[in-house]
Amino acid sequence: MNIQVRIRKPLPHFNLDVEIACPEAALTVVIGPSGAGKTTLMRVIAGLDKAAEGHIRFGDEVWLDTGKGIFIPPQKRRLGYVFQDYPLFPHLSIHDNAAFAAGAREPMVRTLLARFGIDHLQRRKPNAVSGGERQRCAICQALAREPRLLLLDEPFSALDVFTRRDLRDELRKMKEELGIPMIYITHDVNEALYLADEMIPIVAGRVDREWMQRSVARVDAARSDRSKAVREPRLSLAY
Amino acid sequence: MDWTSLILSVKLACTATTVLMFLTAPLACLLAYSHLPGKAFLEAFINLPLAMPPTVVGFYLLIIMGPAGFLGRLWAGATGSPLLFTFAGIVVAAIIYSIPFALQPMRAAFEKIDPRLIESARILGLSPPAIFTRVILPNSLNGIAAAAILVFLHTLGAFGVMLMVGGSVPGQTRVASIAIYEAVETLQYGSAALMSMALLPICYLFLLVVHRLTRSKS
Repeated sequence: MNIQVRIRKPLPHFNLDVEIACPEAALTVVIGPSGAGKTTLMRVIAGLDKAAEGHIRFGDEVWLDTGKGIFIPPQKRRLGYVFQDYPLFPHLSIHDNAAFAAGAREPMVRTLLARFGIDHLQRRKPNAVSGGERQRCAICQALAREPRLLLLDEPFSALDVFTRRDLRDELRKMKEELGIPMIYITHDVNEALYLADEMIPIVAGRVDREWMQRSVARVDAARSDRSKAVREPRLSLAY
Repeated sequence: MDWTSLILSVKLACTATTVLMFLTAPLACLLAYSHLPGKAFLEAFINLPLAMPPTVVGFYLLIIMGPAGFLGRLWAGATGSPLLFTFAGIVVAAIIYSIPFALQPMRAAFEKIDPRLIESARILGLSPPAIFTRVILPNSLNGIAAAAILVFLHTLGAFGVMLMVGGSVPGQTRVASIAIYEAVETLQYGSAALMSMALLPICYLFLLVVHRLTRSKS
């Protein structure tokens, strides 16, 4: 099942006006500078924010059609959403967080916890584990719902470089197994190149296909300028 | 020492607190999470008993709970007995008089909950009632407990309102605060002192608990 999205929503400084489509079993990276409207786009797809005008079709279901007044609430869209700052439920253990979703099945939860290497922590509360472990739990929580679509909003940006690399690898491996469309937001070009099957650059609320070339060109230009200066350590070499 | 009055006071406070918790929770939710246009008006109206003299609140309650009043007629129609000067009457009065004390801490506790947790729960497929019981309630227990204790204490201490709508029927509406007042009026200082002394440690202890509950954890 694929997803097709066309939305328009006025934001404080510009209008978000995009049209994207994501095929099944593929990871689509939405890339662009901070404040370009990427998160708003995800929130509209999830049903957390409303669009002024728009149409979202998932397979043969219509999730949003402002013209016909159709709006399917987030509860019924059955999608997974991994937030940037992993908001886990503070009163529940890691296990109960992972098993939180409506209809989460226990064997599935166990498998996921083991797969993401946090099964030994399942009795702990979120504030007693590290950021990386919390984010692993957040991914388990989203997947235990058996989502039909996975939205990831800069899921690894708050993590240290090694944890980020591990989780990125894991995500890439899972892509085929899950067989669902995934939309991944980032502003990191390296991350995008590593993960993406398809890339959609969004700048100031619009799809801008040339943005990648321009920004890569700018990086090259900047590098030749600084050829004699001490080069900044490039963490991206770690990937 | 008038034990019946003390017991009656505690019974009244327990009943009013229990009813108020269930009554206020949806209201607090509404005020905390909705964007109603008339929210400020609704809130100011609910908080009126906080600002007005208890005798004024009592007077209005006397009117609406009387045989010709809207609440009085409703009650008489449902049960066949009058509402004024009965235990049920002072329970209703205590509830209306104490609503602000239940609403404010509960609302503050609900507002403190990270909105992303609620969004996360929605995406994970929870219906609004399930979100309330599985996310909002467990994360605002301290605020709810504080609200319950404040209502309990406030009801225990209510005097003017109780006198207006309850009078002083022994075993029915003569609560501790009224019994103390009457003891002083009839120069039974010993009895008044004993009852006052019984109330003092209860109130002090509960206030300590409220302080502990509402203190921020960080």
